[in-house]
Amino acid sequence: MAAETNFEVVGKNLRKVDGPGLVCGKPMFTDDIEMRGLLYGKILYSPHAHARIKKIDKTKALALPGVHAVICHEDVPRIAHTTAGQGYPEPSAYDTFVFDKKVRFVGDRVAAVAAETREAAEEAVKLIEVEYEVLPPILDERKSMDPGAPVIHDEPEAEMIIPVPYDKERNLAGGVNMNIGDVEKGLEEADFKFDYEYIVPYYHHCPQEPHICYAWLDDQDRVVIRTSTQVPFHVRRLVARALDIPVKKIHVIKPRVGGGFGCKQEVYLEQVVAALAMASRRPVKIELTRREEFISGRTMHPEIIHLRTGVKKNGDLTAVHLDILMNTGAYGSHALTVVYNSGGKTLPLYRCPNIKFDGTSVYTNLPVGGAYRGYGATEAYFAIETQMDEMAEAIGMDPVEFRKRNHIKEGETSPVFSALGEGKAGVEQFVESCGLDKCIDLGAEAIGWSRRKDLPRTGIKRRGIGMGTFMQGSSIPHVDMGAAYLKLNEDGSFNLLVGATDLGTGSDTVLAQIAAEVLGVPLTSMIVRSSDTDITPFDVGAYASSTTYLSGMAVLRAAEKTAAQIKKVAGKLLAAEPEQVTLKDSRAFVPGGKSVSLHEIAMDSLYVDNQFQIQDGASAISFKSPPPFAAHFAEVEVDTETGKVTLLKYVAACDCGTAINPALAEGQVEGGVVNGIGFALSEEMLFDSGGRTLNPSFHDYKIFTTVDLPEMRTILVPTYEPTGPCGAKSVSEININGPIPVIANAIYDAVGIRLRRSPFTPERVLEALSEKEKMKQ
Amino acid sequence: MEISCIVNGEKKQFKIEPDETLLNILRREGYLGVKRGCEEGNCGVCTVLMNGRPVNSCVVFGAKADGAEIITVEGLGTPENLNTLQEAFLDEGAVQCGFCTPGFLLSATALLKENPEPSREEVIEALDSNYCRCTGYVKPINAVLAAARKMRGEE
Ligand code: FES
Ligand code: FES
Repeated sequence: MAAETNFEVVGKNLRKVDGPGLVCGKPMFTDDIEMRGLLYGKILYSPHAHARIKKIDKTKALALPGVHAVICHEDVPRIAHTTAGQGYPEPSAYDTFVFDKKVRFVGDRVAAVAAETREAAEEAVKLIEVEYEVLPPILDERKSMDPGAPVIHDEPEAEMIIPVPYDKERNLAGGVNMNIGDVEKGLEEADFKFDYEYIVPYYHHCPQEPHICYAWLDDQDRVVIRTSTQVPFHVRRLVARALDIPVKKIHVIKPRVGGGFGCKQEVYLEQVVAALAMASRRPVKIELTRREEFISGRTMHPEIIHLRTGVKKNGDLTAVHLDILMNTGAYGSHALTVVYNSGGKTLPLYRCPNIKFDGTSVYTNLPVGGAYRGYGATEAYFAIETQMDEMAEAIGMDPVEFRKRNHIKEGETSPVFSALGEGKAGVEQFVESCGLDKCIDLGAEAIGWSRRKDLPRTGIKRRGIGMGTFMQGSSIPHVDMGAAYLKLNEDGSFNLLVGATDLGTGSDTVLAQIAAEVLGVPLTSMIVRSSDTDITPFDVGAYASSTTYLSGMAVLRAAEKTAAQIKKVAGKLLAAEPEQVTLKDSRAFVPGGKSVSLHEIAMDSLYVDNQFQIQDGASAISFKSPPPFAAHFAEVEVDTETGKVTLLKYVAACDCGTAINPALAEGQVEGGVVNGIGFALSEEMLFDSGGRTLNPSFHDYKIFTTVDLPEMRTILVPTYEPTGPCGAKSVSEININGPIPVIANAIYDAVGIRLRRSPFTPERVLEALSEKEKMKQ
Repeated sequence: MEISCIVNGEKKQFKIEPDETLLNILRREGYLGVKRGCEEGNCGVCTVLMNGRPVNSCVVFGAKADGAEIITVEGLGTPENLNTLQEAFLDEGAVQCGFCTPGFLLSATALLKENPEPSREEVIEALDSNYCRCTGYVKPINAVLAAARKMRGEE
């Protein structure tokens, strides 16, 4: 559906507001400041997957010249909290302490030091003497809930502060059950049934800027935290809790962020750096090394997905039963909501009368899961979209037609929307914009779907094409909130202050484009300041695909209110009614063509007559989470001798409503897709039998670079979402969901093997090929 | 020890520790556009040009830079006076978080100096040691090709 799309600033590929500084290497990131007296912090990590700390001796470390503080559980308040940067009350267990007497994974923190040089800090950490009582670990999530399994959170404090499934005695970190219709009956009615298990491993976010945080005490002894975060306001609240200091004593500053993808929605470094700054009364920084980022940082939650489906010969789905065992690692960060989302952001996509969803999230003594772009949907789509392909094949229907026939359409709803929210029931919603059919058509054409039957499927190198369709959401309804504030300056420029957090996605630019559109000024008239807890209004932060949709709505409203004030002054100056005034080209016009500039309006309101500051603010919450949609296609070549899968071409067609800045929206699609291709073909964190990460470096954890790229095509399919600002929906997460199933389907098309464990390494391909040969004989 | 080198056209003298990396020296001396991402020579965010060639400054000892000519991103242009490549990165939407961007710009600068008419494959080859987790590489590659065309006067 197209609506008012006659935009001046919105919908244009304008340069990012922070772009010129970034391409000149200006000091814009957390580490790009110089501070007199800065100390270097370093953390001591656990070498054991599960152990109790019997004794810590800090004497030698403290005696080292240049060391100003050594802190462990003896030196900080013992207050259970979560590191998940979520709104309050957090749907993640309070199961973490700044430091604890127990360690729960290799990489868990034991103590920290602050010293005058990086070398001294590294040396001091080695001098801390720790005596451990090693406990049996749980390294297999299937055994976590076995009777008699070690209890990972045996501390009395661990709890969920909202009434949701949680049982630390049984290592249960969260769970969800949903039932619509009767799945068993649906399976009986099916002409074809499918029942398989899929495995998604530990993946790592790999932001190019590792976690980094500075903290110091200001002139009023307030703790200033300068940190690379997606959630500055949650940082303030969580650090206040963890260190037992009032919110008013904390000031969080978010500079430019060097990529987050969810891992900087976690608050696990800030409390340590703040504690060191308070202990030493000196500015302190901790910058994780790449190795530390891998071993101690957050990851994507691994899932074991059991999917059962039934389909009739005519193409009707009769049953879908999604049963997920999710591994949250040592702490329950996002343990409940990610597993909820595995169903909530996938199951509404296809019409089916009988849908069951069971999700269980368990603790293990492995690294901690966190938010990761896709947030559970990525894992579940692997199962759903490959099984959709199997269904289509069984009934002899083209996979493209099969999806078109079954996907949710404009004006339709799904009972799943109201059944599943994030950690609680969701909200009923009707789809008001859906460009999926067009995505499918344009994508099919771009990949050359009609060539599919003629591809070479004999010989050593065989080709195949696969596809899949996807949805996500835009914000968490009734939970997320964003706010914005605008004021007019003498020269007709505006300060736009937003709590929304640009982590490289371009949200400062997109939000400024929305404001500029309403105020009738060029983007260059907007001065954007985002996410400083002392200066900008609140926003929950950058997650859940909420910024453009939700914070954008707050900006739109703030701009409309500010525009109303401008029109009042303009009306006075032009002897007209405010309602007659229109704003365009940095001027206010009245019918007949008379006009006055924003500069003149500002001068009048600030200096001349009945003075006041033209300024206003607004907040927005959402009442629904309109899904963006996408259709992805891939062509692969499989070498049947080596097992190597070469991705030749990848097409992503995406409906994100109005793309406020199309080039930036395309960039979100492409970034998501290439990360997803890494999931499908090369990325995987590996562990030894003691739970130690075996590949904590870019050398051994292989992310895609330019030479690995296929030919890429990105197609934006514009729709108009009536509830979104200027018709916009989200775009940042959805496209990471595609590559795993789409490439799996292409591999099947090429060589007839169904891979149900990602990534699709040559070894796994060869193994599946040889099994297929065996089956034939 | 002390080294002298030319950084962005200026003669400089730096007091350094013998085992210090060029990355540490440059950041300490205020060239903050040189980023730290892995310190293992993998990610390329620390790329600078040393005698015209892109190097990962995190794995180059400072002593090696004695007498060398170094170019960092600060030597390319200013926000008021961007060079063609920087403009192309902005116009093509090739910058997301921007943490990798200095490295991309310097690798591309070296390429275009040597080969003003690179094919897409040659651009891909030249950018191979620069990781980017945000963009998916499509737009940075397009930006380098667009800048090359513009520098050749084709646009
Ligand atoms: S920091 Fe030098 S290559 Fe990564
Ligand atoms: S733009 Fe963020 S890593 Fe490249």
